[in-house]
Parts: sequence; C-alpha cells; structure tokens
Amino acid sequence: MIWLASLVVLLPFLGAFAGMLLGPSLTRLLGGRSGTDTPPLRNGPALIACLPIAVSLVLAAIVAFVAWQDVDERTGSLTLIETGSVLIEVGLQVDWLSAFVGLMVCCVALAVHVYSVAYLKGDRRYSSYAAFVSLFTAAMLLVVYSGDLLVLYAGWEVMGICSYFLIGHHWEDRANSRAAVKAFLVTRLGDVGFLLGVLVLGVGAGTFEIDEILRNVDELSAATATAATLLLLAGVAGKSAQFPLHTWLPDAMAGPTPISALIHAATMVAAGVYVVARLHEVFVEAPTSLVVLGVVAVVSMVGSALAALAQDDLKRVLAYSTISQLAVMAAGLAVGADTAAIFHLLTHGAFKALLFLSAGCVIVVAGSNMLAHYGGLRRGMPITFWSMTVGLAALAGVPPLSGWFSKDSVIEAAQHAALHGGESAVASAAVTPPGSTPGLYALDVDPDGQVVNLPGGVAWLVYLGLLLTVALTAAYAMRAWLMTFFGEQRGSYEIREPSRLMSWTVAVLAVPAAILGFFGLGAAELRPHVGAASVSFLLVVVGAGAAFLVWNGDPAADPARVLGRARPVFARAFYVDELYALVIVRPIRALARYVVTFDRRQVDAAVVGSGRGATWLGGRIRFPQNGNVQNYLTGLLAGVVVIVAGVVIFL
Amino acid sequence: MMAIPLAGALAMLVPANRFLRTDVAVRMFGTAVSGATLLVAISAMTAFDFGATSRMQMRVDRAWAPAIGLRFHLGVDGISLPLVVLTALLTFLCFLYTLRHPPGGGRIRLLTALLLVLEIGMIGTFVALDLVLFFVFFETVLIPMYAVIMLWGGTGRRAAAHKFILYTLLGSGLLLAGMLLVGAHAGTLDMTELAARHGSGLSHGLQVTAFALMGLGFAVKAPMWPLHTWLPDAHTEAPTVGSVLLAGVLLKMGTYGLVRVALPLAPDGAQFWAPWLGLLAVIGIVYGALACLAQRDLKRMIAYSSVGHMGFVLLGIATLTPVGVNAALFGNIAHGLITSLLFFLAGSVKERWGTADMNALGGGMLGTSPRLASILTFASVASLGLPGLAGFWGEMLALLGAYRPHADLPRETFVTFMAVAALGAVLTAAYFLRMLSKLTHGPSDGTAPERAPAAAVSVQEYAAWVPLIALTLLVGLWPKTLLDVTTGPVRALFGGG
Repeated sequence: MIWLASLVVLLPFLGAFAGMLLGPSLTRLLGGRSGTDTPPLRNGPALIACLPIAVSLVLAAIVAFVAWQDVDERTGSLTLIETGSVLIEVGLQVDWLSAFVGLMVCCVALAVHVYSVAYLKGDRRYSSYAAFVSLFTAAMLLVVYSGDLLVLYAGWEVMGICSYFLIGHHWEDRANSRAAVKAFLVTRLGDVGFLLGVLVLGVGAGTFEIDEILRNVDELSAATATAATLLLLAGVAGKSAQFPLHTWLPDAMAGPTPISALIHAATMVAAGVYVVARLHEVFVEAPTSLVVLGVVAVVSMVGSALAALAQDDLKRVLAYSTISQLAVMAAGLAVGADTAAIFHLLTHGAFKALLFLSAGCVIVVAGSNMLAHYGGLRRGMPITFWSMTVGLAALAGVPPLSGWFSKDSVIEAAQHAALHGGESAVASAAVTPPGSTPGLYALDVDPDGQVVNLPGGVAWLVYLGLLLTVALTAAYAMRAWLMTFFGEQRGSYEIREPSRLMSWTVAVLAVPAAILGFFGLGAAELRPHVGAASVSFLLVVVGAGAAFLVWNGDPAADPARVLGRARPVFARAFYVDELYALVIVRPIRALARYVVTFDRRQVDAAVVGSGRGATWLGGRIRFPQNGNVQNYLTGLLAGVVVIVAGVVIFL
Repeated sequence: MMAIPLAGALAMLVPANRFLRTDVAVRMFGTAVSGATLLVAISAMTAFDFGATSRMQMRVDRAWAPAIGLRFHLGVDGISLPLVVLTALLTFLCFLYTLRHPPGGGRIRLLTALLLVLEIGMIGTFVALDLVLFFVFFETVLIPMYAVIMLWGGTGRRAAAHKFILYTLLGSGLLLAGMLLVGAHAGTLDMTELAARHGSGLSHGLQVTAFALMGLGFAVKAPMWPLHTWLPDAHTEAPTVGSVLLAGVLLKMGTYGLVRVALPLAPDGAQFWAPWLGLLAVIGIVYGALACLAQRDLKRMIAYSSVGHMGFVLLGIATLTPVGVNAALFGNIAHGLITSLLFFLAGSVKERWGTADMNALGGGMLGTSPRLASILTFASVASLGLPGLAGFWGEMLALLGAYRPHADLPRETFVTFMAVAALGAVLTAAYFLRMLSKLTHGPSDGTAPERAPAAAVSVQEYAAWVPLIALTLLVGLWPKTLLDVTTGPVRALFGGG
C-alpha cells in the first residue's frame, strides 16, 4: 500500500518534469500545432498533465478504500539520512486521515487539470503552467502522505514556490508579479516559523518521524510542546491564510481562475489545517497554542466574512470566504474536534473547487471579474447557474448540502466546549466500538481518550464567532448569487455556456459538493444535532433573508450599500495591507538602503581609509631614509646634542 | 594520484608560447587539460573507498625539506573529496564556457595559463595535509586571481584587484602566524597527526591565540562580516570565469580551512571564539540580505548574497556539532554549485546587454529570452533555499545545529542566532524575488541597448550550465549522497565514533 501511495506522489512529480521538457514536442508528434486550437487529445502538455493525475486518482481511491476497510496505519521508509544529529527518515505514512485528504486532492487536481485545458486554450505558456500544476499537486500529496516532518516541510515549501509561479502566470502585468511575490514572501515568513517548529519538535522528541513523535508525545516537556506548536502555528497561519498572515490570499486572485480553485480548495490552504490535524495530539499537550489558534480563528473568520460582504470582485468574495471557512476548521481544531474539522476540510474542498471553477465560467463569459458587470446570467447558462447555486448553498450551510453537515459538527463541538466549561472530549467517540464496523466509526479511535482544556471564555468566543460567521456567510453568499444570476444584465456580452469541457467539469463537481455530507452520518460526532442545527439554520435564514430584502428593494444596486460608511473599511479588509506596508515593508526597505550606504561609507571606508593611512605613514617614514646626506648629518648632530644634554642634566 | 593533474597542468604552462598559434586552439587545449583533470578527479572518486570516509586515502607522503621537517603530504577524505571534485568540475566548465565566450581583453594564452595555476592551487589546498604545504597552495591561488581581475576585469578593476590582494595577503599573514604558532609548540606540521591529538599538549591561551589568528585569516577568505568588503568589488569587476571560480571555490577555501585546520588544531580556542563567530555569521546573513535588497547591480547582488550564504556556513561551524559542520560542508558544495551558476548567468546577461544594472536591463526577460530567464529563475529559487534543491539542506542543518549547539556553548545565545538567521532566510527570498520580478517579469522596458537582440542560449552555455543544474537537483533531492560522505570524518573530527 505504501508503494501505491508513493506512486500517487511520484506520478504527478514525474509528469511535471516530463511536461516541462517534452510537452511541446509531444504535441508536434501527435500532429497538433502548439499555441492554436489543438484538440485536447493532441495537446501534448495536457495529456502529460492529465494522465498521471488520473492514474494517481485511481490509486489514491484504492488507498483510501483499503484505509477504510482496515484502519491500521501503515508506514514505509525508503531510507534514513544521517545528519550528524537527529536522523531524517524518507518515508510515507498512510492512515485514514492522509488517505481521505489525498483522495480529495487528487479529485480536485484532476478537475482543475481538465478544466484548464479549455480555460487556457491557446495560451503560449500552457505547458509550463500544466507542469507547475502537476508539481503543485505532487507537493501537496507529499505533505499528505509524508511520514516525516522534514519531508513534509519539503513538500510544504515546494507548494509555496509553485504558487508563486502560478499566481504570476500572467507576469506581463507588474501587479500580478507583485501578487506572486507577496504570496511567496508572506507564506515564507510563516514557513520559517514552521521550520523552526519542526526542528524544536524533532530535537525535543529525538526524531522527525511523525509516528514516533505522536507515540511519545507524553514525554515532551510542556515548554517544548508549547514552543513547537506556536512556531508551527506561524506556518499554519501563513499557508492557511489566517490572521495576521492572511493578506496574500485575496491578492493571489491575480492567478488564472483554475489556480485559485487549486490553491483554495484542495492544496495549499488545506495544508495548514491538515498539519494541525496530523499533529493534533501535540497541540492538545499545549493549551496555550490552542487558545492562540482559537482566537486567531475567530478574528480571521469574522473579519474576512465582513470583508467578503463588501467586495466588488467575485473572486475576491470567494477568496475571503476561503479565509473564513479555513478559520472555521481551525476553530474546530481549537475546541478539539479534529474529525469535524477534517470533515469540513473535505466538504470545503469539494464546494470551493466547484465555486471557483463555476466562477471561472462566469468570468470567461462576461469577460470581467466585477459583480457589477453581471446580472441575469441564470437564463443563458443553466449548468453554471445550478452548479454555482449548489456551491453557494453548501458554503452558506443550507441543509442538506455538504457544508451544512460539516459546519454543523464544528459548531456542535464548539457549543459543547462552551457549555461544559471548555472541556470537550475529543472523542466522545472514544466510546464508539473501535473498528467493529468498517466505516468512519473508526475515525476517532483514540486510545488515550484525550481531553482538550480550553478556557471557558475562549470557548464561548469561538462558539459565538462561529454563529456570527454563519449569518454573515449566508448574507454574502446570497449577495453574490443574486448579483450574478438575477436582475437585469449589466454589460453587453452574449450569455452562453462556455466550452463543454468546462461546464461538464463543473457539473460533475456539483455532485460531491451536494452529497458528501451524508458520508458523515456514519460517525457519531459528525451527525447533526437538533439543537445546534436549528440555531445555525435560523441564522442562515436571517443572513440570507436580510441580503435578499435589501437586494429586493433595488435589484439594480449593490446590496452592500447598506453598510454605509463601513463599506470601504470592509472592502479594504480593515486596512491591514496598508498597515503592513507602513510598519514592515517600508522600514525594511529603508534599512536595506541604509545598509548599502553604511557598507560603502563606514565598513569599506575603514578599509580604504586604513589603506590610505598606510600610504600616508609610509610617506612619513620614508622621510628619514630619503638618501639626503644633509638630513642624515642634521639628525646625527641633533641626536648628539640630545644625548649630551641628557647626560649633563641627569648626571 | 593527485599529483598527475598538478604535474600535467604545470607542464602545460611552459610551452604555452611556442605551440598552439591561434586563440581557439589555446582554448581547446585548456578545455582538454581541465577535462583530463576532471577525469582524474572522477576516477579518484571511484577509487575512493566510501566505506571508510573518515580515513585519509590516496596518500602521497614524501620528504620535502627534511631540515625543517616539511613533508609533501597529500590525501583526501570525505571532507575534501567533494570539494576536489567540485573544483575540477568548475574549472572544466569555465574553460568550456570560455570556448565560445572569451572575456574581452585578449591574451587568452595567459588566461589559460593562469586558470590552470589557479586550479593547481585550489586542488592543492584541499588535499594538502601539511600545514606549510597547505599555506603554499593557499597562497598560490592569490596571484593568478589578482592577475585575472587586473587584466580582464571591468572599469574599476585596478582598485578592486588591489583591495583583493592586500586584504587576502593580510589574512594570509595572520594565518601563517597562527599555523606556525601551533606547529612550533606541537613540534609537528602534519595535519593528520595534529588533528588526532585534538589539541592536547597545547595550552589554553595558546589555542585561543592560534585560533584567533587562523580564524581571522580564514574569515577574510570566507568572507565573514565585517571583513567582506573586498568581495563585492572583486566579483563585480572580475570576468565571468573569475567570478565563478572566486565564488565557487575560493570562498570555500576559507571555510574548509576552518574545518580542516582551525577546528581540530585548536579545539579549546574554537570553543572560546565560537559565540563570536556565530554572532558575526548571523550579522553577515542579515546584513548581506539587506544589502542585496537595495542593490542595483546584478553581479554585486549575487556577491552580497554570497556573504549571506557563507554566513550560514560559518554559523554551522560555530555550533561545533557534527550536524553543524555537516551543514557547513553541505552549504559549501551547494553554494559552489548554485552561485557559480548565478555568476555564469549574470555574465551571460552582461554579455548580451552590455550591462548588469537591473534598472537599465528592465523587465520582460521571460518574454525576450525565455530560456535564459527560466534558468535564472531556477538558480535563484535554488539559492533562496527551496527544499528539494541543494541550497536548503545546508541552511536547515545549520539551524538544527544552532538549536542544540555543543554542550559547552551558551545555548540561549545560539537559539537567538537561529531565530535571526531564519529571518535572514526570509530576506534572502525577498531579494531574489525582487530581482526576478524586476528582470524577468513585466513588460520589456529596458533602456540598455540590445547588442544581440534575444540571442539564444548557445551550446557552450548549455554545456556549462546543465551539469550544475543537474547536480543541484541531485544533491537537493537526495542529500544522502553528500551527507553519507561527510558524516564519518566529521564525527571523527569531534573525536566521536
């Protein structure tokens, strides 16, 4: 099974290299012409990109099925690397967590690949684009299946650089280039924390092997666990775009739309949450980190939901909704509901991919990202309309779509934590008969029956934040839906479905986005509870209803107008970007300029100066030896006089 | 075995005025000689017994000046072998590159001769096992390099060359003093024997003084902040091949010297100075990165990036742990591969557009010459330390070493160093991305006159770059190749098994 998992990772990796080097030649070999309307089956890079992912998907499905049948985790190690200190183990690990997330990654990646073939038709740089998408997928799969923290970190960073290349795909525009640089640098800042966290954890536990660390988690000192998890959280905040490192994500919308789908749904942003879930036992040992995680999550989810309410750009609405939804997962992890959080990760992957890809259809047809240019699109593009409706409803948490189930299980856990003084049994499931039935029951078998202790105040904060987010999410989803598909058309373009390759992919993705939630019925703590469910459903109705009423007053205008003066503040996302530019970017630039001047004026001047000094000294010292006899005689005479005088005076 | 390339290269010097009338022939000849050297180096590698990397192998031990106990003692172990092969490879690639792209200024014959002498000096430094012999080779490198900068350099070459030679000679003076101090008190100049003693028989004060002297000598070469100012000038003015060898090999002689000579000879001194060495290394990392961030000249920027990267190497050494020294050796090789590639690329850019000023070059290189820009991107990404490429492992291991330094060193200090160095890594990413976004992205709005519009990458350029790219990938994806070779001798260095 490890072999299957490693093949899942390796295939897209090799596909990336092959596509980069051989893609265009293969097109010529198959008789297509690059750059023009090549049919998909003759498009070399497209074939090299899609086929390995498709095979990977099948293999990942097999892996997931086996993991489902038999929940024992398996590890396999290729080799040990001697470093002179803690060993690095190149190895993979498969358990239910990695198997399901891996399957989700493969699904979304394949959808994105297929969709891109049509979306980037005729793009000159399609082959490098496809190669980077493959590499990106491979890196994410490596993160998912990795059995060693440093190997995981390698995949983690490679994703960062791929996102840089992909966001900057249209580099002719300086703005895109800046967005790409920003995305990489902000995540890199977090990654450095992550690397240090990995090192602290690795040295503390004496191994980088995830399995070993989790097994010996009790032996870690509290200080080590806290330091390591806080450092890891920096990386998580960077990758999963949580406050205060979230600013790269809305700008990352500069990339082609399928890339947004890939980054936001399945790969990069999911990685952060995935890692916390993977190392959840360590986080449980460090309550401080959980508090930090909870607070960060609340700030991110409410703040970005408010920001989403006021965006003019469809993709930016979705971007802020991603931040907000990831914060929901983080909140779930903070209150100890790791299964619920991962469940939400999976359903979010499905509906967010769907949303971005259908947004791509809208953008292609309307030729614009702006909500103000849409309107009335439901008539000409029914497939996109219905798919996007499913996606937005799932996002808002309308029963019985997938988002409702998963969000509800997180809220339920938070409520439990808030009501029971912050104590939440991670596994109420510890009581479920482990492994008795093949299925998700076994998901939370946790022999330790660990208990998360969260201060009651924080638990309440998380709970109320979640409820507020539910209402806000419903409101902005409603606003985007109404402004895009209803009312009068605002703009002169022909409303039609985009190419079949695109709309069908979207339609296929709508299926899991709709029904994935039912799979959660198998596990006790993922089942909806009447109390929590009715509260959140009420809030959805309130939020969506408010948006509808405002819109209904004047369907031509933007419902965000009622925000009044707060609107620009929300639209600029509370001016965090401007603040960073003022506090961090400018001082560093100034410092850099200062260093250059300092280097020239001070350090180098000291060197050059000492050189000059030596020359000058040489000139002086030369004086007594310049071969002038008169001088010598004068000196001699003076010396004699001095000696005589000395003798006379002192004796 | 190591004497063959040396003798060969020396012999080639003499008849250089008599035969080979055309420049092309001379260049071909240089390529052939360095190719032969590379072959010998590779065959040395195959003959090397990887089961016993910590043992000195292929030794040559002859009496040289018996009156004062000097011996002609050569040999390789796991620490020096990778560097020897790297040197041979880089010299060969330089000649290959010169085949098609000779530096302006003519006198190819002299250049060929100088480069070969340079190679002797470099390889000699890495295989020498006698202190004085080591010093002789160490010095052999200076004069050819001085001449290369002086004769084929850019406009400011005179000042740059003078600064280079004076600076390094000063360093060498201190180095010699330190070595002789140890040699005189220990009664032998043989490095293997001295290393085996682990400093026993030398008083604490003596070791502290000796390490300070030798450390300063090597630090100039490495270069360590604040002794780095010769480097940007020398790099900016030197011709492409000069920069490549300077960055790829010469800087390594400093850090190699620290590991091979200073650490084992004066371990107490090393312990005394390690926190200071670490401090200066960390300052170098951040300072170098900041200096890069505001740099306008491409070559100068790469030169300052070397200060930062060598900072990681020095930090690794300063931790005095096996993992730290491993990091240093790994960082040496990685930096040699990547920065050489970067200098090759900067040279090509300068050759095509006549300037290395980033504002004059303007953007859009991915559009005008996509291959060159892609390789530049690759090299930058490797240099900023992406896992999976060579640059990462050296940095990561250095940080790992700093987190748990040698037991007698102040741990808090080193943990602080680790944090600051890690932030330096972010700045490294920042300046490389700034450079890439300036040069490769955006519309092509350069003001520089295009000499050869969008000249394609020539075969010779590919030939010189592809091995570097391939090795960067190999070492990055499979760090075991290098770590397995170095770990043994590094453990032996610290007296462990």
